[in-house]
Amino acid sequence: MIWTHALLVGVLFAAGTYLLLQRSLTRIVLGLGLLGHGANMLLVAAGGLPGPAPIVGEDPATVADPMPQALALTAIVITFGLTVLILALAHRSWQVTGDDEVPDDLEDRRVAREGGDEEVA
Amino acid sequence: MIPLLLGLHLVLGIVAPTLAGRIGGRALLWAAAAPAATLTWASAQLPSVLDGQVISQEVRWVPALDLVVTFRLDALSLLMVLLVSGIGTLVMVYAAGYFTAPATAAKACRGLMAFAAAMLGLVTADNLLVLYVFWELTSVASYLLIGLDDTRRQAREAAQHALLLTVGGGLGMLAGILLLVDAAGTASLSGLLANPPAGEATAQVGFMLMLLGVLTKSAQVPFNGWLPGAMAAATPISTYLHSATMVKAGVYLAARLAPVAAALAGGWRPVLMTLGALTFLHGAQRACRQDDLKLLLAHATVSQLGLMTLLLGAGIPELTYAGVAILLAHALYKAALFMVVGAVDVGMGTRDRHQLRGVRQRLPSMAVVAVVAGGSLLGLPPLFGFVAKEVALDELLHHDPAGGISVAVLVLGAVITMVYGLRFLAAGFVGRADSPTEGGRPPGPLLLLPPIIIGAASLLLGLVPGLVQPLVKAAALAADPAAEGKLVLWPGLKPALGLSLLSIAVGVGAFMAWRRLESRVRLPALPDAADAFRATVAGSVRFASAVTSVVQHGSQPLYLAVILGVAVLAPTTALLVGGPVAEGDLVLRTDVLQVVVALLLAVAAIATTVVRRRLTAVMLLGAVGYGMAVLFVMQGAPDLALTQLVIESLVVLVFVVVLRLLPREFTRPRKRVDRTLRVVVAVGVGAFVATMLLLSGSVDHPTPVSQEHLALALPEGGGRNVVNVILTDFRAFDTLGEVTVLLVAGFGVASLVAAGRKEAPRPVDLPTPQSSLILSVGIRVAFPLTVLYALYLLFAGHNAPGGGFSGGLVAAAALMLRHIDGGTAALQRTVPAAPTALLGGGVALATATGFAGWVWGGQFLASTKWEVVVPVLGTVKTTSALVFDIGVFLAVVGLVMTLLQTLADEGPIAGSRA
Repeated sequence: MIWTHALLVGVLFAAGTYLLLQRSLTRIVLGLGLLGHGANMLLVAAGGLPGPAPIVGEDPATVADPMPQALALTAIVITFGLTVLILALAHRSWQVTGDDEVPDDLEDRRVAREGGDEEVA
Repeated sequence: MIPLLLGLHLVLGIVAPTLAGRIGGRALLWAAAAPAATLTWASAQLPSVLDGQVISQEVRWVPALDLVVTFRLDALSLLMVLLVSGIGTLVMVYAAGYFTAPATAAKACRGLMAFAAAMLGLVTADNLLVLYVFWELTSVASYLLIGLDDTRRQAREAAQHALLLTVGGGLGMLAGILLLVDAAGTASLSGLLANPPAGEATAQVGFMLMLLGVLTKSAQVPFNGWLPGAMAAATPISTYLHSATMVKAGVYLAARLAPVAAALAGGWRPVLMTLGALTFLHGAQRACRQDDLKLLLAHATVSQLGLMTLLLGAGIPELTYAGVAILLAHALYKAALFMVVGAVDVGMGTRDRHQLRGVRQRLPSMAVVAVVAGGSLLGLPPLFGFVAKEVALDELLHHDPAGGISVAVLVLGAVITMVYGLRFLAAGFVGRADSPTEGGRPPGPLLLLPPIIIGAASLLLGLVPGLVQPLVKAAALAADPAAEGKLVLWPGLKPALGLSLLSIAVGVGAFMAWRRLESRVRLPALPDAADAFRATVAGSVRFASAVTSVVQHGSQPLYLAVILGVAVLAPTTALLVGGPVAEGDLVLRTDVLQVVVALLLAVAAIATTVVRRRLTAVMLLGAVGYGMAVLFVMQGAPDLALTQLVIESLVVLVFVVVLRLLPREFTRPRKRVDRTLRVVVAVGVGAFVATMLLLSGSVDHPTPVSQEHLALALPEGGGRNVVNVILTDFRAFDTLGEVTVLLVAGFGVASLVAAGRKEAPRPVDLPTPQSSLILSVGIRVAFPLTVLYALYLLFAGHNAPGGGFSGGLVAAAALMLRHIDGGTAALQRTVPAAPTALLGGGVALATATGFAGWVWGGQFLASTKWEVVVPVLGTVKTTSALVFDIGVFLAVVGLVMTLLQTLADEGPIAGSRA
């Protein structure tokens, strides 16, 4: 384990989480991007120490573990798909409401305001 | 045969209502064929079943899971089938005269047929789960039929009340069934009763839970409120469901289980006998105060169900016999009385006790039926009700487990029954009135004949109880092999007869007294089950609303903070409590270059969180991505690095394309989740993940699965690049799921943009930026080279770093360059296919490879190797994984082109602040 990897993963997750807790969709998608990087690094770092690329011909005992690489590769591409979809959502939100913010759920707010006063219809 | 009869009900229940438009209520006569056929079949089974034979039929559905739909017809079931189908036939005929409006008739017909089928299934089902399904189906049918007139609020509320209680009780019963099935090891009702799981606590709890279903269905205290409310339904429905058959389902089940349950579960007998006695008396006294004759009968039904519960729930052989007799007697006289009230309601325009005068003059036949059936209710000789009540009294005198209390309850109840029964008959059915009530329409023979027929049964069986004696006896024996008893019209001078005469005499006196007092005395109102129910429902809604207002506040950041907080705290607590997990040594290494890159990355990541300009934030994110690629190279993951590099460029470009449409800076956050909370949660998550990673590094790993992958990549997968072989062969199913995600994302983006274009005014025209000549020429040179490189990556990827993903991404980058130079028009000239077709085609190709593997290799996505001789290149070894990878390549290219043609072509919104 490269200890800087562990610390870096922590920083990426913290920064990503901080952005995820915002209301602006653009910042949320940036946060998802950082979380994605953190997760990929987590996979690769958990796979073991660095080594030659896992190509047949190298010494199987020293090569880097190919399994987490395959997982991370999949994750990278999926994060891309997710990112563009949320960006399109942010764009659409901007078209409809004039900003790209996630507002409070109106129905939830209504229930919260009325508290226990609601009667059976 | 039973499945066929069920099918006949359903077919007629669908076909007959369609006739209602032309022939109105007469359509129900056609539907009556189904219960009539059932009645005929059931009658034909009488001789053999009375001989003690049991007719069994099963439909094997999933035998491996013990899901077998079993029907079992013994004498008790047969008695119920005869009641359900016999009364059902009469009710359908009666309803044909009652419902005149075609729409109502059609709805009633559907509901009644569905109910008749469900009820037939319920009383013949042997598999407990099947019984449960039919049980709940009768509740649903009852709900639909009570709420038949859905324009009336009262009907809707009554229907909901009945549904909530009976289905709720049914759910409790389901829990009981599951426990019993578990304890007994069989789902067969007869099997459970033949070999009861003695001494098991789960079985005891199971039996007690079954009581929830029994008590709610048969409207026992404290669940009795729904049945009077169900009188909002039309009279034929009340007759069939809420007096003669459905409400007896609970009693039926109690009778089936009681002999075993009372012996196994100590609480069974006291609970059923106490609640039965309470219901018997409570219902009777409520009936004494009703002015609506139908409501009076409803409370009387509740009361009589209480008596049946008391007798049949006790699980004592002699009482079981008496209970079966009472059940039969009640079905006969109560169906007749309900039909009479319905016919009077139609014929005289009212069923109010105060307004009804002179039924005897205007509807003499109904008056006679009322007197006969009413007499049976009162237990007067020579009617069947008398015979049944005598048996009950006699057996209770000898076998009362409550030491005489039950006898006292029965006598007291009989006195009150006299009061409300006489009160019913005094409402114009006996005596001449000077001025009979005006109004109503003449009831036709369809309304008059059914009550006459079923009313006559009370008289006939009373005079000749021997006719039905074998059936009652066999039914009681089916419930309890030790059941004993005899039905006779003249029991001889016995104590029971004395008590009977006493209760009749006292009852007449009480009636005379009550008639005088009723208008003057205000008895204290007893708690009403319907009010209690409404209060319970309102209370639950208030509670739910209060809880919701706390936990569902509507703020997404706060929801996420809670979720993440729990996700961190729960495992952290486990770690702290469970002690150290590290077993191996944590090997930590340092590499100066790695430290430098990681430091830069960390700074860029933290900076992303604080900058306010959108584009700056995106550039910082891009920097993190490129840094990741560098780290991947150092780690020995060239495929990852390649993919990361290209995709990061694409991400930045897509961000720029979208963000140019949005305001330059982020809006200031509102103060809902404050900054401190965000920081605390964020740092918590970061610290947790880092710790987890370090701990995982210090645990001894078993041999990684990738050792096998490394060994098998070339011989099995035919490739040298192990990562690519994993993606396209060993774990190709994951990859297939992944390209499907790309497909969904691509179509999602396209739809979102298309939705905006449909409604928004066309974007304002922007001045077309002058393209730079140097850029243009540069792109023209770079484009073919990039495409060539992309193809190289695709085809070489199986053996060297590369593959469908990185190849597709590089090709996409080339197309993006083309778009920058010439816009969508140039892009379309270069690739004439529709982007979504490429995207879908790629996924389809990858999927087809999977199916081909099925055909050739015997397994989904199994790979095949070929050797192809290509003219210039010589012999080329290739595998089906390459075809799969081409699908991936196409999907990636299609996705990026979709983005370009949608998002990149969007202009800023007219009138926006962009």
